[in-house]
Amino acid sequence: MSTTEKDIASAVDAGGQHDHHEIPWIRKYVFATDHKMIAKQFMFVSLFFLVVGGALAGMMRFQLGFPGQPMPGAGILPDAMMAPTPNGAIMLPEFYNSLVTMHGTIMIFFAIMPLLVGLFGNLLIPLQIGAEDMAFPRLNMASFWLAVPAGMLMLASFAVEGGAAGAGWTSYAPLSTSGEWTGVYLGQQLWLVSLTILGFSSLIGAVNYITTVINLRAPGMTWFRIPLATWSLFVTAVLILLAIPILAGALLMLLFDQTIGTGFFRPDVGGEPLLWQHLFWFFGHPEVYILILPAMGITSEVLSNRARKPIFGYHSMVLALISIGFLGWIVWGHHMFQSGMNPLLGTSFMISTMAIAVPSAIKTFNWLGTLWKADIHFDVPMLHALSFVSMFIIGGLSGIFMASTPVDIYIHDTYFIVAHLHYVLFGGSLFAIFAGITYWFPKMFGRMMNEPLGKVHFVLTFIFYNLVFFPMHNLGLQGMMRRIYDFTQYDFLQPLQPMNQFITLFAFALITTQVLFVINFFWSIFKGETAGNNPWNSNTLEWTVPSPPPHGNFAQMPTVFRGPYEYSSPESDDDFLPQTTPPREGPGPSSGVPAPTPTPEGAEV
Amino acid sequence: MTWSDWSWVLPDAFSTFSDDVDMIYYVILWVTGIIFVITEGVLIYFLVRYRHKEGRKATYDHGSSKLEIVWTTATLVVCLALGIVSKGVWDTMKIDVPEGAMEIIVTAQQFEWHVTYPGPDGALGTADDFEVLNQIHAAVDEPVWIHLRATDVLHSLFLPEMRVKQDAVPGKDIPVWFEATATGEYTIGCAELCGIGHTTMNGTLTIHTAADFQAWATAQAQRPRPRP
Repeated sequence: MSTTEKDIASAVDAGGQHDHHEIPWIRKYVFATDHKMIAKQFMFVSLFFLVVGGALAGMMRFQLGFPGQPMPGAGILPDAMMAPTPNGAIMLPEFYNSLVTMHGTIMIFFAIMPLLVGLFGNLLIPLQIGAEDMAFPRLNMASFWLAVPAGMLMLASFAVEGGAAGAGWTSYAPLSTSGEWTGVYLGQQLWLVSLTILGFSSLIGAVNYITTVINLRAPGMTWFRIPLATWSLFVTAVLILLAIPILAGALLMLLFDQTIGTGFFRPDVGGEPLLWQHLFWFFGHPEVYILILPAMGITSEVLSNRARKPIFGYHSMVLALISIGFLGWIVWGHHMFQSGMNPLLGTSFMISTMAIAVPSAIKTFNWLGTLWKADIHFDVPMLHALSFVSMFIIGGLSGIFMASTPVDIYIHDTYFIVAHLHYVLFGGSLFAIFAGITYWFPKMFGRMMNEPLGKVHFVLTFIFYNLVFFPMHNLGLQGMMRRIYDFTQYDFLQPLQPMNQFITLFAFALITTQVLFVINFFWSIFKGETAGNNPWNSNTLEWTVPSPPPHGNFAQMPTVFRGPYEYSSPESDDDFLPQTTPPREGPGPSSGVPAPTPTPEGAEV
Repeated sequence: MTWSDWSWVLPDAFSTFSDDVDMIYYVILWVTGIIFVITEGVLIYFLVRYRHKEGRKATYDHGSSKLEIVWTTATLVVCLALGIVSKGVWDTMKIDVPEGAMEIIVTAQQFEWHVTYPGPDGALGTADDFEVLNQIHAAVDEPVWIHLRATDVLHSLFLPEMRVKQDAVPGKDIPVWFEATATGEYTIGCAELCGIGHTTMNGTLTIHTAADFQAWATAQAQRPRPRP
């Protein structure tokens, strides 16, 4: 038994006297095995990458708003990125391509995914199911410490000769197979190696999450009493486990094409470029759901709690998560309608894509149903969760346009797609991340975030976000292509210049607004109002322990008596009824959905 | 910037199938627009109506299977209907190339469109073929069948006013067709990131009257040029 395991075991034996045993500093903060510390590590690193990704977007937006004009302050960047002129430095097209590629890559793989999975997966799964830690704490540590060098390699690629990868975050072959086509040699290889390493990190994490949820649930925590955040993270972990190996395989094949002369994706030596797209999207579409399912779970938690009402249709919410998990595997071809694959396949993928709209719609209607006859508290996490719902509606509906194959012919590869994906990933995932961070901040740091500052940040972000991304629909409908360095090269796009400038100015405002969040975040860690165990009057297990929870989490193994969303139950005098509160004696209303009172013997441990 | 910049109206299009595409677009726009207004409206109404007040307690309610079945079925029916309407137009645009179309070859290469015409004998692959760069010429009301090819990386032939878009894939010969319904000069664009010069990979689609097109083709065929 390892030292850590002994620590936990002895702490539990001692009935929660955890803090007798000092953990060395380096094991506590650096090579930590405690899931809460790893969650924080993922949070800090991912928030850093979120800032980097935002800066890249800002530079891209400058070029689109003011094509070919000198960028203020860009003189400090090397000549390989910005061409010096007497009036200032002008962005080069190869750097623009790198910005497009790296903004997408960093936001998806190093910001959104680790925030949702690395932060919330680590923080919530053990706490919400009543476990003292992950099943494999050391694997968990390895997962984080693989992600760090992956991120460093990705950043380093900006500094190598030829610059960072420039073939798009999808790195379509044959463009990505050789520097001959892009001018990027080492940068593209670093991109491949970095993502392969990150893939291993995600795989290790996924194995851990799945094992933990299956094996370490507290007595009484039956499958249909698991909070939806953990359910969504569980389904996500299964998707990661199955999808990442496909990506890793494809990345290695592309790396071999680049470095040792194989020709998997190179038609000049008998390879097939479309194979890359099939492999990439067979991973990539489940990845899209990896990026949204945890956001749905977080939203469900916050919505139900702040509406003080049971989630509407808990079972159908779980079934919708699972069916998205299945259907997510058979829709990848909708990214490839115009790729040159057999057009007969287009119709099959259109039908499966239309089908996956159904579980997403179920979830949306259930969120609305949750708010019906509720008692809605507009705290900052709730504001973000509500904007998730309203923005996800837009992102979901705009998806129907491109699901329709003939309409997709026109809008494919235009800004309509850019608008759609940002309504899902920013309007959806990122608002849910803000909701989650502000909601569980007291659990992580023992203090509340500043409410007025949080509200200002929310309102400005919500307004600027919509002013940036909503008009992109209109740009796309006018035919403006994505990933294009200078759209004014096209006569028919020149009238779009004012709209592009408008978007750019509000993009700068949107980026600047995030300073408020950074200030609030750090100020609140040290100066925020002290939070008790359960500042939101929540039912789930993480709120039964101190904030922040001690090593080992639970002083005693909790016993679970009911589902997670028993708000405003007639069985309780308060408007909440924690999962651990024993049922009242004698006959009375049953403890509601789901399941009757368990006996600890009958429960899984 | 004016309010018209926020328009959801598609720009004019001039091909035989463009009206069908645009019609499906407007159907989807109306369907999703109505759903958007209803769902966001309900959301806002609930937020106002059920906002926290002193003494309010939420209704203890776990949902309704009847409602779940209703909205699941409704979503499924709407989505499948849109799918069925879309299928016919998709088949017309991507599969059913009309008989008797004028065949040309468009070869995409960083960062140019090489367009090969059959020449006076009307057959491709013969000595009298001729090539023009970054221009496609065609006659109005005559179908054109493009053999879309690429030599190096992926490109995507985008003819926005014809509602045509198709990736060009090295090693493949992909059929693309359209029939213009009005003469004029239109856009050729590349819609797939193809390298440093991607943004410059544009050209002009010229739709002539039948007589003008013949005159153009004859003049081009007679111009001395190296064989493609």
